Amino acid sequence: MSDSASTSLATAETQNGAAEAIHIEDLHKKFGQLHVLKGVSLSARDGDVVAIIGGSGSGKSTLLRCINCLENPTSGIIRVNGEEIKLKADSHGHTVPADRRQIERIRSKLGMVFQNFNLWSHMTLLENVIEVPVHVLGIKRDAAVATAEALLDRVGLADKRDVYPAFMSGGQQQRGAIARALAIQPRVMLFDEPTSALDPELVGEVLKVIGDLAEEGRTMILVTHEMKFAREVATHVVYLYNGLVEEEGPPEQIFGAPKSDRLKQFISNIH
Amino acid sequence: MSAQPTAGIVDASARASLWLQPHRIVLIVVALALFAAAAMFMRWDWIPQYYDLALQGIWRTLWILVVTVILGFLLAVPLGLAQAAGPAWLAIPAQAFCTVIRGTPLLLQLWLLYYGLGSLFPQFPWIRQSELWPYLRQAWPYAVLSLTISYAAYEGEVMRGAFAGVPRGQLEAARAYGMSRWKVFRRIWLPQAFYRAMPTLAGETVLQLKATPLVATITVVDIYAVASRVRQDTFIVYEPLLLLALIYLIITGIIVFAFKKLEARIPVRIA
Repeated sequence: MSDSASTSLATAETQNGAAEAIHIEDLHKKFGQLHVLKGVSLSARDGDVVAIIGGSGSGKSTLLRCINCLENPTSGIIRVNGEEIKLKADSHGHTVPADRRQIERIRSKLGMVFQNFNLWSHMTLLENVIEVPVHVLGIKRDAAVATAEALLDRVGLADKRDVYPAFMSGGQQQRGAIARALAIQPRVMLFDEPTSALDPELVGEVLKVIGDLAEEGRTMILVTHEMKFAREVATHVVYLYNGLVEEEGPPEQIFGAPKSDRLKQFISNIH
Repeated sequence: MSAQPTAGIVDASARASLWLQPHRIVLIVVALALFAAAAMFMRWDWIPQYYDLALQGIWRTLWILVVTVILGFLLAVPLGLAQAAGPAWLAIPAQAFCTVIRGTPLLLQLWLLYYGLGSLFPQFPWIRQSELWPYLRQAWPYAVLSLTISYAAYEGEVMRGAFAGVPRGQLEAARAYGMSRWKVFRRIWLPQAFYRAMPTLAGETVLQLKATPLVATITVVDIYAVASRVRQDTFIVYEPLLLLALIYLIITGIIVFAFKKLEARIPVRIA
């Protein structure tokens, strides 16, 4: 899909000059009777690295997956680069994206990295990386291949370009998945527990790549269980508890001087 | 244990001598003896007289097979998709269709179409005046139709499983990168389902070949019908049948070989 269809976006400028990349306001998500998100607000400016932490079942992944409508929020406002995702109620009363083209366009600017990598298993690594640039963004194949090779080199997988995912380790697959996300030149990278499915000895290589991305000032939202890593790379940490933001702030404050009892307990359990 | 070549490279003559082991030589001799006995003690003098007719029969068998397999597969894709992921109003009719067709004999379907529809059509003047009439008054359209329907029903079931077996995470990744539904289907879902179904499709195509003789019962002159005619004309029983068996074996061999070639081009063992 071409970008020419997109109207000029009113980017919300904030006081310090960086545009707001992601804006979430009073987000609710229900799965049937289960109320997973109970009014979450979150904001990420360009260059921010927001780490979302919390116990299992706290709604962290659901929150991340609502940003690109992999889960449709029940109510609330989501803005990506200042553009609000239009939602409507379908015939069953579920909230769904009102404009399929809008959501597809927004998704193609968000580079998502999954817990289970989700590389396409019928394509080689290189084909995985050029798939979206060529078939969604309409970039010429030669240019996409050149970009992809540079990205694979960057994540240390230049020699794996013609290898199928089934023949790669988990760490390699996840680094490949990061290259796939980078290939679309995303405005924001979304990481959904990127190291949770990895063997312990493979976690380091993936965190190294993500850390490098944070260092070069990429906007990222990161759901993670790696507290030490979150403390190192995040510019802002959000602690979710039971579908609500219990506490948020800079990492030094969240990890060094937590205020709420639940966060204190959560952090002491981790260490 | 026989001596194994220790050198890395085995030249052609060495490979041949490896292949020509004693038990194989015995089997080859037995086969040649059987062949010679058949040639000497059985009657083959009728062959030249039926040569042209047999060639036409083989050709008819082959094109009926190829056409019905292709058309049947094209129908099987929506049938499988409807059952795997469709709404109930599509899934239930698709399932009903597959159950009814798979639950009744092909011979019955063939006769219902040919003697049922085929005798109904001439009663409507507008059909007799239509441009399709020259075709509808022949037998082969009914043969093609019923064999197509039959293949579609069996393969619809195979494709249902194949579609359902594609990991959801990979489809989700495709959506997360802004692919439209159609693109997810065309680029990710269908290719993987097809690769998964391929080994089963090979077997089903061989079965389809062996269903083709039924068309002889509605006056389509395939290779089986030719063999029957030889028997009726000459009162020679076994020779035409043996030759017929050999022809079906050869066609089966070609089908198996072709699918093996196709499968070898799928470079992944999809997890």
